[in-house]
Amino acid sequence: MVRWFRREAFRRRWEAFGKGWYKFSRNPVSVIGLVLVLGVSFVAIFAPYVSPFPSHAERYVNFPEASQEPSTSHLFGTDVFGRDVLSRIFYGFRYSLMMGAVVLSLVVIPGVILGLLAGYYRGTWIDTVIMRITDIFLAVPPLILALAVASVLTPNIFNAMMAVSLMWWPWYTRLVYGLASSLRNEFFVQSAEVIGASRRHILFRELLPNCVSSIFTKMSLDMGWVILIGSSLSFVGLGAQPPTPDLGTMVADGAKYLPDQWWITIFPAFAIMITVLGFNLLGDGFRDLFALEET
Amino acid sequence: MSILRFLVKRLVLSVFVLLGLSILIFVISRVLPGDPVRMALGSRAPEWAVENMRREMHLDEPLYKQYIFWLSGAVRGDLGTSLVTRRAVSVDIREFVPATLELALFSAVIMAVFGILLGAVAGRFRDTWVDNVIRVFSYIGVVTPSFVFAILFVLLFGYILRILPTIGRLSPWIARPPTVTGLMTIDALISGNFAALGDILQHMILPAVSLALGPLAQQARIARSTVSDNLGKDYILSAKGFGIPGRVVMLKYLLKPSLIPTVSIMGLDFAGIVANAFLVELIFNWPGFSRYGVNAMLNKDLNAVSAVVIVLGMVFITVNILVDLIVAWLDPRIRLGAERGK
Repeated sequence: MVRWFRREAFRRRWEAFGKGWYKFSRNPVSVIGLVLVLGVSFVAIFAPYVSPFPSHAERYVNFPEASQEPSTSHLFGTDVFGRDVLSRIFYGFRYSLMMGAVVLSLVVIPGVILGLLAGYYRGTWIDTVIMRITDIFLAVPPLILALAVASVLTPNIFNAMMAVSLMWWPWYTRLVYGLASSLRNEFFVQSAEVIGASRRHILFRELLPNCVSSIFTKMSLDMGWVILIGSSLSFVGLGAQPPTPDLGTMVADGAKYLPDQWWITIFPAFAIMITVLGFNLLGDGFRDLFALEET
Repeated sequence: MSILRFLVKRLVLSVFVLLGLSILIFVISRVLPGDPVRMALGSRAPEWAVENMRREMHLDEPLYKQYIFWLSGAVRGDLGTSLVTRRAVSVDIREFVPATLELALFSAVIMAVFGILLGAVAGRFRDTWVDNVIRVFSYIGVVTPSFVFAILFVLLFGYILRILPTIGRLSPWIARPPTVTGLMTIDALISGNFAALGDILQHMILPAVSLALGPLAQQARIARSTVSDNLGKDYILSAKGFGIPGRVVMLKYLLKPSLIPTVSIMGLDFAGIVANAFLVELIFNWPGFSRYGVNAMLNKDLNAVSAVVIVLGMVFITVNILVDLIVAWLDPRIRLGAERGK
């Protein structure tokens, strides 16, 4: 009997997934987003195999081939050290995706837990403490605070991730706070309270599942924003340092040689845009799929 | 009355947010590893000089005393001395704020006007080719970092077309109008110097547009969805049914309520513009507050960094209160200062 229930539950979930996938796949916007994200991820993961000159990614000098225009041997040209720009972009995707993935994996869990607590205990001192601290972090745009934090640390990509993470959790707290504080008055939460469910059960089994679609959508959109902020930090010089093939660093380095050697800057800039666009379209697709409101 | 109560409540809350922000930035600048004095004086400075400067800046005292000292100065408008320029930070800030404020306001105007316009047009002509073109444009705007726009504009207008200046606020051969407000456009207007005004505006276009395009696209998307939602509502149909001319329906009945969501995120957008100015001012060599902030950060000038963050916090809090007032004025359903649920 129990096994039948389990199989039935699995079957239903599979069916729901199938329906969701159908709806998702009918929306050209989300499909383009998915293709872009998968494409960028594929290139990033298999960078050593797909890039034409894997050794050009980091420290490498080949002056005879320096500053070449885009050609068939170097599709996106070469930079002032003679490194293949396309290969460096492929490796750059790795750092961009890593930036987004590390920041979000550090930020989402504490942010969501704080939001659930503040929302569930709305009106008590727990709510006041958590949400006022959140207000402080939200008073100044995350880019500025991240720059400030990164500035006192040694500039490298790891510290840039830490700086952005430190400033990003309040957005999840605020999102989940809004959801949880309205959900807590719903009948299913009240009935769970009445039959004596534990706090942990209410927070994580009743409230959290109803926030997951919003959190998930926000994560997809945020992958794009975090990558943007990471590249901004690198651009200023407070993130990844050369010769790391970070896209923001590549744009900043190339900008010195701008009018003539435009390809050193423009292609990495487009690479950032493509990555952010992918996650943005994907996020919009999820939003349509879950029928969430645009905010 | 209720607006007064709302203002008082918000201001009290803002004081606490600013206090918290000052503690946050203080902790960040003092607790994280790295010796600011050593960095300011360089690695070859003798130990006694470092020791002297540390005493001079009260860095040898316990952290809470340092904070109280810093705070009591900040309340009096003394934000400490820059470790790099050795000038009072408050003097520096007063000098650099107007340039960024002018740029950000100009940018915000471009954002609001064109964002709402594009969004309203897209919403009105939903699912036609006009809508699709605007949607593609707004996706490009949203995903492009403003520093990329800035670089593209420098390349296109500064080097290829050579029609717009890309450096600074004013051409060197034009005399700076006498400083009254610090906002050069207004100063030029006051002194009636229209040649300077034209030159200043030309300098401002590229940085302002690079900053505006991102939030503009965001505004357009939101305006589009509210306009197209409201278009299908019964009250529009009934207004049309009463024979009210289409233009009046569009402007008075459709556009005004559709402005509310776009205006309510303008505070966030303004903050985004100023944040991105940290990068864009570097590219255009704009002598503003944000460029000052970035340079302070790159030089690990802790007093200047803390001051920049606090001043920005104050600016954004003020802007958000203003935005709330405007939204309340646009939306008669919102009663400021009223208790929730009543």
